[in-house]
Amino acid sequence: MKYALMVFQAPAEYEGLSQEEQPAVSAEYYALRDDPRVLGGAPLQPVHSATTLRGREGQTVITDGPFADTKEVFGGWFLAEADDLDAVLEIAGRIPALRFGGAVEVRPLVEGPH
Amino acid sequence: MVASLVGFLGDFDLAEEAAQEAFTIAAERWPRDGVPANPGAWLTITARNRAIDRIRRDRTLAEKTRQLEVPEATMDELDDTVIEDERLELIFTCCHPALALEAQVALTLRALGGLATADIAHAFLVSEETMKRRLSRAKAKIKATGIPFVVPAEHLLPDRLNAVLAVVYLIYNEGYSGRGSLASEAIRLGRLLATLMPDEPEVHGLLALMQIQHARRKARFSGEELVLLEDQDRSLWDAEEIAVGREALDRAIALRGRGTYVLQAAIASLQAEERIDWNEVAGLYGQLAQITRSPVVELNRAVAVAQAGSTEQALEIVEQLALGDYQYLHSTRGELLRRLGRADEAREAFERALALARSARERRFLERRIAEL
Repeated sequence: MKYALMVFQAPAEYEGLSQEEQPAVSAEYYALRDDPRVLGGAPLQPVHSATTLRGREGQTVITDGPFADTKEVFGGWFLAEADDLDAVLEIAGRIPALRFGGAVEVRPLVEGPH
Repeated sequence: MVASLVGFLGDFDLAEEAAQEAFTIAAERWPRDGVPANPGAWLTITARNRAIDRIRRDRTLAEKTRQLEVPEATMDELDDTVIEDERLELIFTCCHPALALEAQVALTLRALGGLATADIAHAFLVSEETMKRRLSRAKAKIKATGIPFVVPAEHLLPDRLNAVLAVVYLIYNEGYSGRGSLASEAIRLGRLLATLMPDEPEVHGLLALMQIQHARRKARFSGEELVLLEDQDRSLWDAEEIAVGREALDRAIALRGRGTYVLQAAIASLQAEERIDWNEVAGLYGQLAQITRSPVVELNRAVAVAQAGSTEQALEIVEQLALGDYQYLHSTRGELLRRLGRADEAREAFERALALARSARERRFLERRIAEL
């Protein structure tokens, strides 16, 4: 089964890391990307770069900022393939954001033609 | 049988339907052709084959040509041990932490307790419709997210087993506060777990705890009134059930169990003695508090310390607890103050507990205490 791993984190947490710590955390993310079960993924630019489109009464309204104003923001994603939920939870559990008070939402993809 | 089918089919609804069909076929055939040598296995195989037929039909309908990679089961592959074994996988699936706790409870009762949806709904005071939705949402999540049908790997087992035990104990406690059939159901589940995982001390600990507590159920209420342990009529205790509980406790201790359920069972066992060794009870609560870091456990330790004769020391423990809105903190404090002859403070504490008490039974108990001051 394929799963989306969506990483949420308070931006200040990563930025608050020291010069030495940041590359170490990045290396952990690269190691995850190298896991054969991880099919893809990418970190996102900081949240101030976000633009949100919203449908309103037939019109599309474009605004600055993320869609939800929360302390933790969507910071990146992975796409993983695993036999079952336990296997993918193990991959997700290695995401460094968790150590910095972040969260990872795991959702299966709709399988088959879509 | 449903457990075995779920394992095989990975789908609760399909398994339940197939099981139903198998029973229908049995009802037609057995009176005519005689009961087969191994009725359980016959039913499972029949249900399995029905389900495979159904999957094939559905796939053909959807014009999906991929052949189902499932061989038809034969009699030799299946015996009762296989079926027994699969109940363990089913428990872990039902109690997977990716499911909401209330869904875990409902699924466990439905799939392992074999309770009807209506009974579960009744037990948890929700409408049958609500419970039906809760169950089908949970089943849909199991299917959609790929919650595995396995006994968790070694490194996950302690956490997952704790989740299972918590569900069973929660079912028991629902029954403890009045709905007796749930308590019996929880004990039945506990016994099943003890059979399936004979080497896990906490499993035996939980079973022992439930059995010893359950043995006192008839003495816990006098009519509608709550009776404290020390005032209970011991002739109403079920001595045989206490003995059975103690056997489970002995097994847990022999397995070097020192976890939360084993400790609680050991406490319950001491409290079922003719003369209670409150010093030992207090010591066990101390160990329990170290594991759980729970102020409620500390409160219980304080009660044991008081029963052992050190009322002032008990009050000292109670005064340090951060349990502002916890009814039993105030009722315990009230009781300790009363024993120390500080009636005004005792009244104040009892009144605070009274304001927090939710059941009429407990309110009456506290009102009596205040009147007696």
